[in-house]
Amino acid sequence: MTKRENGYGFVMPALVLLSFVTVYPIFYVFYLSLHRKLLIFDISKYVGLDNYLFLLQDDRFWNAMKNTVYFTAVSVSLELLIGLSLAILLHRSFRFKGLVRAIVLIPWAIPTVVSARMWEWMYNTDFGILNYMLGAKINWLGDTFWAIHAAILMDVWKTTPFVVILLIAGLKVIPQELYQAAKIDGAGNWAIFRRITFPLLRPVILIVLIFRTLDAFRVFDAVYVLTGGGPANTTETLSIYAYKVLFQTLQFGYGSTLSVTVFLFIGCISIFYIKILSKEMR
Amino acid sequence: MAGIRFDKIRKRFKDVTVIKELNLPIHDGEFFTFVGPSGCGKSTILNMIAGLEPVTEGKIYFDNTVVNDLTPQERDVAMVFQSYALYPHMSVYENIAFPLRMKKVQIKTIDEEVKRVAALLGLNDLLQRKPKELSGGQRQRVALGRAMIRKPKVFLMDEPLSNLDARLRIEMRAELKRLHQDLRITTVYVTHDQAEAMSLSSRIAVIYQGEVQQCGTPIEVYLKPANIFVGEFIGSPPMNFIKGTVLNIQPLKINLNGIIISPLLETSIGKTSVIIGIRPEDIPITDKKSDESIEVTVALIEPAGSFNWVDIEWNNVRIKGAAKVDADLRAGCKAFMKIPIKKIVIFDADSGKRF
Amino acid sequence: MKRGVFYFSIVLMVLYCSGPFLWQFITSLKPDYELTMIPPVISKNPTAIHYVSIFREHPFLRIILNSAIVASSTTILSLIIGSSCAFGLAKLRVKYKSFILGFILSVSMFPPIATVSPLYIIIRALGIRDTWLALVITYTTFSLPLSIWILTNFFKEIPDEIYLAARVDGCTPYQIFYKIMLPLSLPGIFTTAILVFIFSWNEFLFALTFTSTPASRTIPVAIALFPGLHEVPWGDIAAASVVVTIPLIFIVFAFQRRIVEGLTSGAIKG
Repeated sequence: MTKRENGYGFVMPALVLLSFVTVYPIFYVFYLSLHRKLLIFDISKYVGLDNYLFLLQDDRFWNAMKNTVYFTAVSVSLELLIGLSLAILLHRSFRFKGLVRAIVLIPWAIPTVVSARMWEWMYNTDFGILNYMLGAKINWLGDTFWAIHAAILMDVWKTTPFVVILLIAGLKVIPQELYQAAKIDGAGNWAIFRRITFPLLRPVILIVLIFRTLDAFRVFDAVYVLTGGGPANTTETLSIYAYKVLFQTLQFGYGSTLSVTVFLFIGCISIFYIKILSKEMR
Repeated sequence: MAGIRFDKIRKRFKDVTVIKELNLPIHDGEFFTFVGPSGCGKSTILNMIAGLEPVTEGKIYFDNTVVNDLTPQERDVAMVFQSYALYPHMSVYENIAFPLRMKKVQIKTIDEEVKRVAALLGLNDLLQRKPKELSGGQRQRVALGRAMIRKPKVFLMDEPLSNLDARLRIEMRAELKRLHQDLRITTVYVTHDQAEAMSLSSRIAVIYQGEVQQCGTPIEVYLKPANIFVGEFIGSPPMNFIKGTVLNIQPLKINLNGIIISPLLETSIGKTSVIIGIRPEDIPITDKKSDESIEVTVALIEPAGSFNWVDIEWNNVRIKGAAKVDADLRAGCKAFMKIPIKKIVIFDADSGKRF
Repeated sequence: MKRGVFYFSIVLMVLYCSGPFLWQFITSLKPDYELTMIPPVISKNPTAIHYVSIFREHPFLRIILNSAIVASSTTILSLIIGSSCAFGLAKLRVKYKSFILGFILSVSMFPPIATVSPLYIIIRALGIRDTWLALVITYTTFSLPLSIWILTNFFKEIPDEIYLAARVDGCTPYQIFYKIMLPLSLPGIFTTAILVFIFSWNEFLFALTFTSTPASRTIPVAIALFPGLHEVPWGDIAAASVVVTIPLIFIVFAFQRRIVEGLTSGAIKG
C-alpha cells in the first residue's frame, strides 16, 4: 500500500539498551569463561576450554544439575496438575470473582524473598506452624531429603496461582456451545475433558510450560534465601552454585563458565519448546 | 422416533419467568417450529428438551417417559446450533464421527456411517478439512451430518440458517425439508424468521414473551391468527390493522374507517371497539373504478417483481395493498381499492384476540 | 452438590493463597517470648514493637525509599523506551521486524545469573556500584521485553486507518505517537506500568550483587539479609514482610483485572 515511514528512530533506544546491557555481557561472559580470573587480585589468564573440561568432572556441578532438574520437573508437574484442576473448577463466573482473583494473585505479587522468609519461619523445626499442624518434628530445611521438597512446595505455592490464571484465560476462549454439543453427542465429563477441553487448551498449556520450565530452571531467589543451597548442597541449584563461585570464591572465570552453561541449557530448552509451539500453531 | 409432550412447563431464571406455561404435544415424526421474535424464550425451550437447561416446573415427556431427570447424553437427541458448534480442532470426518465414538461403536461401522452421511450431504471431498477451512454452508452441513449420524429420537435445530446469506438460506431450507421427508425424524425447529417457519413446518407455535400465542398448521396460523400479535408477526409484509366500530351485533355491521361492512361471523361480538386485520396481498389496488371500490390516494409504490406493493392513504389511514405492474399508478394520484370482506380478520381492540 | 464442591474449593484456594501471609501477620504482632512458644497460637499480648524496631534499628525507611525510587524510575524509563519501540514495531516500517521481536523475546529468556558477572565487572569499572543508577539501567533493560510485548499487542489493536488519517492530516510519526497512540492505549500502558513496577520492586539477584552497603539495599535484599546477632529476629522479619507486602496487596486488589489481562495477553494472543 502506501510506503510507511521509518520506525528505526523509535526502535533504536530499546535495541541499544538491550544490546549493551544484555547482549554485550553475554559475549563478555563467554569471554570470561575462557579465563582464570580472580577478581580481587586482578589476575586474569587465558586458559581456553580448561574451565569447561573441569566442569565436566566437577561433581558439585553435576549435583547442582541434578538438583535443578529435579526441582524443575517436580515443581512444574505439580503446578500444572494442581493448576489445571483448579482452573477447571473455578473458571465459571461467580460473585466476588474479582476479590478471589486478587487474593489468588498475592503469592505471585509478593517478592520471592519475602515468601521465602515466610516459609522459612513456617518450616521452623521447633516453632514453625507446619510442624505444629502436622504434629511432627520434621527438620524441613536441615534434612537432606526434606530440604529440596520444602523448596519445591514453596515454589509451587508461589506460582500455582499464576498458572491457574493463565489456564482460566485459556478456558474462557473455548465456546460454551462446544461443551453443550459434546454433551448432546453423548460425551461424559472425562470424554469432554480428554477430547475437547484438553486439545483446545494445549497451546496455552504449552506456553505455561515454557514460562515455568525456564523460570524453574533459572531459580535463584527463593532457594537461596530459604536454604542457601544447603544442607550439604542438596538444594544447590545451578544458579546458586554459579553465584557462590562468583561472589564467594570470587573465581570469575569458572563462575562464568557455569553461567554460560546455564545459559546454553536454557537456550536448548527454549529452542525445543519453540519448535513444539510452532508445530502446534500449524 | 418419539413424540414430545410438554406438561405445564414453566421456566424461571432467578426472578424472571422466561416460559410462562407450556402445554402442547409434538407428534412423532412431525416438523414442529417454535417461532417468535428474539428473546421470547424459544431457545430456552429447545435447551430444556435437550437437557441443557433444567425445567423449573412441569414435565417433559418423550412418548410416555418423563425425561426431566435424564442428562443430555441419556436423552438421545441431536442438536444443530446457530453457530454450528463444530469442534475446531477436529476434521470434518472426526466431527461427524464423534457421536458414534462416544457410543463406542466399532471403527469399521463408524467409517461406513460417516461416509454414508457425507455422501447424503455432499461432503465427501471435505472429510479431511478442518472447520475453519470451510464456508458457512459447508459448516452447516457438517453440523447436520453430526446430528444425523446417530439417528436420534429427536432433532433439535436452533436457528441453523440465520448465519447464512439469503440465497444459501433458501437452498438449505429446501435441503432440510427434503431430509425431513426422507428421514421422518421428529424435528423441533426454532427461528425468528416466519417465512422459514411457514415453509418448513408441519405445525407452528408462535411464541411471544414466554407464552404460546397460537399453535397450528401454517395455513391455520396464516388465515386465522389467534390474536393481533400472530396476525402481525406471520406474513410478510405484515397485516394491515384498521380500527373499526361495531354498529350492530345481529346482523353484524361494522364502521370501518368510513364504510359500513357486514362480514359473516360465527361468534357474536360483544364489544364496540374492534380492530380489522387485512393482508396486503388480499387488497387489490387498481387505477380503474368498479362497483364497491373505494377511492384512495397513492403514497408509495414498491416494485416486487411480478407485481407492486402500493401504500395508499384512505381517510387518514395508511394501508398497503397489491397492484398489477401495468396499472397506471403514481405517487400522489388517485387510485381505487377493494376491501375483501371474506378475507378480513376481526380482533377485539382491548384483548387483541380474534373473534 | 456440585455447588458445594465448587464453593469449598474456592474457600480452600483462598486459604491456601492467603494463609502463609496471614500467619506472618500474626507473627509480626507477637512479642519475642511468644515466638518460641509451643503451641504457636495467636498472640495474647499483641505488640507493635517489631514494627517500631525495623525503622529504628535498621535503616528500613531508607531501604523502602531505595526500592521506591528504583522501581518508579525503572517503570517510567521502561514505559518510554518500551512504548516507543512498540510503536515502531506495530505501526512503522522496520526491516526484519519478526527477527527483532524474536530477539527481544529471547532476551527475556536469559538467565540473570549469566549476565550478572560481566555486569558486575562493568558496573564496578564505571564506579556506579551501590547506586540507584546501576539498578535502574539493569531493571529497565530486563523489563523491556515485557513492556514491548504488551504494548506492541495494544498498539496493533488500534486500527491502521487512524495512523493513516493522522498522516493525511499532516502529523509526523512522532506527533502521532504521543498525541494519538499513547492516549488510545492508556489501559495497556497502565497495565505495563503495574507489571514493571512489581518486577523491579521484587527483583533480588541484581540488587544483591550490585549493592554493598546496608543503606543502599532494596527491600528484597534487606529482608533476605536481615541481621540478627544470635538468633534470627523472626518478629522483625515478619513485620518487615508485612510492611513490604501491604502496598503490593493494595496494587493487586485495585488492579487485579488489569494484571490478569496483561499476563494473559501474551499467552492467549501470542
